[in-house]
Amino acid sequence: MMVAEQRRLGVTLETVGAWMLGILWLLPLLYAVWTAFHPAAYATSFDPLAPLTLNNLITAWQAAPFTRYLLNTVMLVTLILAAQFVLCTLAAFAFARLVFPGRDLLFAVVLLQLMVMPDVLLVENYRTLAQLHLVDTILAIALPYLGSAFGVFLLRQTFLTIPQPLDDAARLEGCGLFARLWRVYVPLAKPTYIAYGLVSVSYHWNNFLWPLIITNSVTTRPLTVGLSVFATSDQGIDWSIVTAATLMTSAPLLVAFLLFQRQFVQSFMRAGIR
Amino acid sequence: MLRRETVHAYLLLLPALILLVAFTHWPAIETLIDSLYATPHGSRPAPFVGIANYTDLLDDPVFRQALRNNAIYAAATIPASIVLALVMALAVNTALPGRAMLRMAYFLPTMLPMIAVANIWMFFYTPDYGMFDRILAWFGGGRHNWLGDSATALPAMIAVAVWKEAGFFMIFYLAALQTMPTDLREAAALEGSSRWNYFRRVTLPLLMPTTLFVMVNAVINAFRVIDHIVVMTRGGPDNATTLLLYYIYETGFRFWDTATAATLTVVLLAILALTAWLQFGVLGRRVHYR
Repeated sequence: MMVAEQRRLGVTLETVGAWMLGILWLLPLLYAVWTAFHPAAYATSFDPLAPLTLNNLITAWQAAPFTRYLLNTVMLVTLILAAQFVLCTLAAFAFARLVFPGRDLLFAVVLLQLMVMPDVLLVENYRTLAQLHLVDTILAIALPYLGSAFGVFLLRQTFLTIPQPLDDAARLEGCGLFARLWRVYVPLAKPTYIAYGLVSVSYHWNNFLWPLIITNSVTTRPLTVGLSVFATSDQGIDWSIVTAATLMTSAPLLVAFLLFQRQFVQSFMRAGIR
Repeated sequence: MLRRETVHAYLLLLPALILLVAFTHWPAIETLIDSLYATPHGSRPAPFVGIANYTDLLDDPVFRQALRNNAIYAAATIPASIVLALVMALAVNTALPGRAMLRMAYFLPTMLPMIAVANIWMFFYTPDYGMFDRILAWFGGGRHNWLGDSATALPAMIAVAVWKEAGFFMIFYLAALQTMPTDLREAAALEGSSRWNYFRRVTLPLLMPTTLFVMVNAVINAFRVIDHIVVMTRGGPDNATTLLLYYIYETGFRFWDTATAATLTVVLLAILALTAWLQFGVLGRRVHYR
């Protein structure tokens, strides 16, 4: 009796603790939402009857070329994802199913990138892109990330789990290398593509430092850089408007996350289990 | 004569390898070479200076502070976010009321761009108006310039990083917890082992590979993510929040001192290589893989 009661008390305490941590974790976001949807005068006073407004959002959207920034980000993310899918698939297939001299060495060379990411090699990569006359283009933001060791690794692991007899059967039916890849491997690796795609899109949607360095005009800046330019130079300290702009730029990804929560969480898990 | 399969393999690898080498391996080697030369001026070629850039670095107080800051930053964010991640994962792995909501609350900061997070937190840290000063005011606290005071600026950055990261690491612990065999728990319950004992003797050791994986990611992030520094403090006040990569960014793109930036990058690469070596060489052997 005593033990059962003790255990029930313990569970209650744990629930309360977990929820307090949860509320603490949500608090910053709730505060931001409050500020964005109320007039500046109510930004810091929590009057539940304070009037709601969309003016902050409208003002922010019109104060800077966010439509263009959004377009740039969408183009950037699409370009990166398409190129990564193609390049990583080809390389992963070679590593998983073809026999050639130097395979293990080359694979180790590829894996080095998991530790030394292009994010750290700012100065040298800037110089390379300047020599190619690509500074301030969307292609320049994307180029360092197109050959992705992470993608190659993830897809190779998946391809290795696909039964060899399926491949052999396709070969016997006269399928060439690309046909086998396209008909057998790609369809069976769909969950991995979704997982890698979600991880890659959210990484590059949110990436900031490299785009900040390599771009300097409205027609190339992604949302993150546009937001920082807007928050530092144009608005100063009108927090209602800065917060509104901040939420707007994060909204597409946040909405997508809320809609596809399960897929997102499972994708991140799948991508993490090596 | 090359075999057909070999030719195919190299052709398939070529595009990815060219891009990988061009933007990761080659720049890494180039950085090493550049660190042995002075910064070029105009069209004159840069003179070879040997290890002079490195000895200059040792005398550079900002470099030493950046290293110290980064060490403190890593030593605080890594354990804090890992412990919190584990607590979160254990919480949402039980049949708690509102479990899905809670998991979302923990994970949501991960989906925000760091720059958005920085904007939101900058507002909290604002003297007088910000959330922190207002909460402190209830307890009779006074106005505090969190980001302007060199004593609180770095802890303020650490708080931001922990808030952003913990939910991300939770996912990996959750994945590991869900694959954990339940018969162990039943056996332990039958033997009357307490929950704490079970956690310490069974769960924690089984989570070691996950902890190692999360730890490596946390170390990399502690040296790679500086978006919040760029937006919130620009390394200030008095370099109190200058991290290594921020210092590279500053010397490379604001002072255009490419030789020093290259030398700093070599130091950063050495730290990352050391992490990799520790992961696979030393720790990897001691961790029990299932």
